[in-house]
Amino acid sequence: MADKLLEVSGLHASVDGKEILNGLNLTVSPGETHVLMGPNGAGKSTLGNVILGNPEYKVNAGKILFEGEDITKEKTDARARRGIFMSFQSPEEVPGVTLEDFLRVSKRAVTGKPLKVFAFQKQLKKTMESLSMDESYARRYLNVGFSGGEKKKAEILQMLILQPKLAILDETDSGLDVDAVRIVSEGIRQYKNESNALLIITHNAKILENLKVDAVHVLADGKIIRTGGPELIDEISRTGFRPLEEGAAQ
Amino acid sequence: MSKVLQKDQIAEVDHSLYDFKDVEHPSFETNAGLTPEIVEQISRKKGDPEWMREFRLKSLDIYNQLSVPEWGPPIDGLDMRNIVAYVRPDTQMHGKWSDVPDDIKNTFERLGIPEAERKSLAGVGAQYDSEIVYHNVRKEVAEQGVVYTDMESALKGKYADMVREHFMKLVPPTDHKFAALHGAVWSGGSFVYVPPGVSVEIPLQSYFRLNARGAGQFEHTLIIVDKGAYLHFIEGCSAPKYNVANLHAGCVELFVEEGARLRYSTIENWSKNMYNLNTKRALVKKGGTVEWVSGSFGSHTSYLYPMSILQGEGARMEFTGITFAGKGQQLDTGAKVVHAAPHTSSHIVTKSISKDGGECTYRSAVTIQKQASGCKSSVSCESLMLDSQSRSDTIPAMDIRNDDADVGHEAKIGRISDDAVFYLMSRGIREEDARALIVSGFAEPISKELPVEYAVEMNNLIKLEMDQESAPVC
Repeated sequence: MADKLLEVSGLHASVDGKEILNGLNLTVSPGETHVLMGPNGAGKSTLGNVILGNPEYKVNAGKILFEGEDITKEKTDARARRGIFMSFQSPEEVPGVTLEDFLRVSKRAVTGKPLKVFAFQKQLKKTMESLSMDESYARRYLNVGFSGGEKKKAEILQMLILQPKLAILDETDSGLDVDAVRIVSEGIRQYKNESNALLIITHNAKILENLKVDAVHVLADGKIIRTGGPELIDEISRTGFRPLEEGAAQ
Repeated sequence: MSKVLQKDQIAEVDHSLYDFKDVEHPSFETNAGLTPEIVEQISRKKGDPEWMREFRLKSLDIYNQLSVPEWGPPIDGLDMRNIVAYVRPDTQMHGKWSDVPDDIKNTFERLGIPEAERKSLAGVGAQYDSEIVYHNVRKEVAEQGVVYTDMESALKGKYADMVREHFMKLVPPTDHKFAALHGAVWSGGSFVYVPPGVSVEIPLQSYFRLNARGAGQFEHTLIIVDKGAYLHFIEGCSAPKYNVANLHAGCVELFVEEGARLRYSTIENWSKNMYNLNTKRALVKKGGTVEWVSGSFGSHTSYLYPMSILQGEGARMEFTGITFAGKGQQLDTGAKVVHAAPHTSSHIVTKSISKDGGECTYRSAVTIQKQASGCKSSVSCESLMLDSQSRSDTIPAMDIRNDDADVGHEAKIGRISDDAVFYLMSRGIREEDARALIVSGFAEPISKELPVEYAVEMNNLIKLEMDQESAPVC
């Protein structure tokens, strides 16, 4: 096994001809939890989308390696099968496809193996319980009519069922009430083990409370301008991003 | 017992094939138009009662006076001068399996339809198993007094008067040119009568019998559900029918008496050279209900708008339909309803999918007559276009003659969202599977209305059509 899970180097990416990422470098090793912070429009969500190969984003330069292999040109589904996952900020609604059926299709796709039906159902039931999701959601159409909080929980549910090696959580805590944040953060803790990794994009320190954070990165103008330990979170809470951005500019 | 039935059936089938061989007289081939002589001969070979012979000839007159409709998708590909070629095609139904076009054969292979059955669809042998199924069904329902027979027998048997009283009264030959053609040359089809108060628990299916008879071209379906009775009738082909000729002008007439309920489900998946100009109509009496479930997949061009006339107070209709047009297909489908009595209600839900340049048109007409107070009507049509060459149109007409009607209409036309595809792919699902999943989801409200084996098959058909999109063009 490669000692690095994800290695992003010199990444330039644009959307609609506008450059968003501007020479970004980031390395995540198995077992680590990284936090990505930064002002609005800094390119945080873009990074997640580019790591997953969203065709709307164009990679102009740089490389993305996963477990030592270059995946820069790979299609999204292939990256997912390698074990990359992203929890979407506002996941799409897919009418006519139930959450359970979707999970079944995805699970089969990422494992490449036939599903053990009873084991799967048991796992699903248990995981939903742990996220305080009503069982009936399994039979509802994917994200259709879900509240903001239920959508986020459904994303965490997918993460727990699919067991990716790297999970990117894109503002999974935004728009959640206190109880929901607690449930979601408990779900994240449940997922985390020594061999997988997290890249958490957030504005909110609350969701990180139960997690051991290894590195905090500040993203501004498409670049990581500062990397530090968990203490950086407190610093940002106190002073905001401005001083960091100004420091970087000098 | 079953042995007797088998023998009986084979004899019957042989007879019908023989019938059509006679029609295929060499002298016909030189006749360009449809003549009274040809119609007379069809009538004679079928042993029509006198009134039917006259009816056919009168229909032929009307046919010759009417012109081809010009308001819908073009039907120029139909050579009307050589209509005889379309009228005679049943003779060719017993062609070889090897003559069936490859795309249809592949569909059968992939659907896993057994070879024996496939042969019967091409019109050669093997009808036998299917016929036994039919007879079993018939036996069970016969004990309830239900009549389920082919139109030819119905015309001569115990229910001859009932047939005469209803035949082409809902869809008169004057309705349009192809209704007139149907009146002149119709052949095959089903007659069903459900006596008052009888509830038929298992759906009746005409699938098997149509294959055996090889009468898929101008078949006539006449169903009468008497007071307070219930029937679910499934017609057409659960699997593609193969027809040598390329015109289908069938006719379906449904009579729903007081307080009765009829559910009529059909999936039509004709071969891609077919002009499907089918007419279906229901008359619903006081407190009765007609429910249509309709899937249109095949054919080159379709004109199909099942119509419900809500004649009695409190009569209801529900229409659930799906249309899928692929390359080279123009499917003009929808529904019509006439609210002719107070407190009647109609509910129309349709979905259409077009891809590879296919064209779907949703066309509906809701009429609420002046005397029909307190009516409710809701129409919802949704279209999905899978690429930029495909086309989707919505033409909903409403004619409301009073001011207390509660009428709603909702139309949506959309494409598969790239974001949704990306979302599904981000969970490891391949692009083509992600698209197919979204399309199946779109169709789900319709497939859940279908009997389960048909729902499975509809999903298979959607997957097949979707697969072809990514397959290299051969």
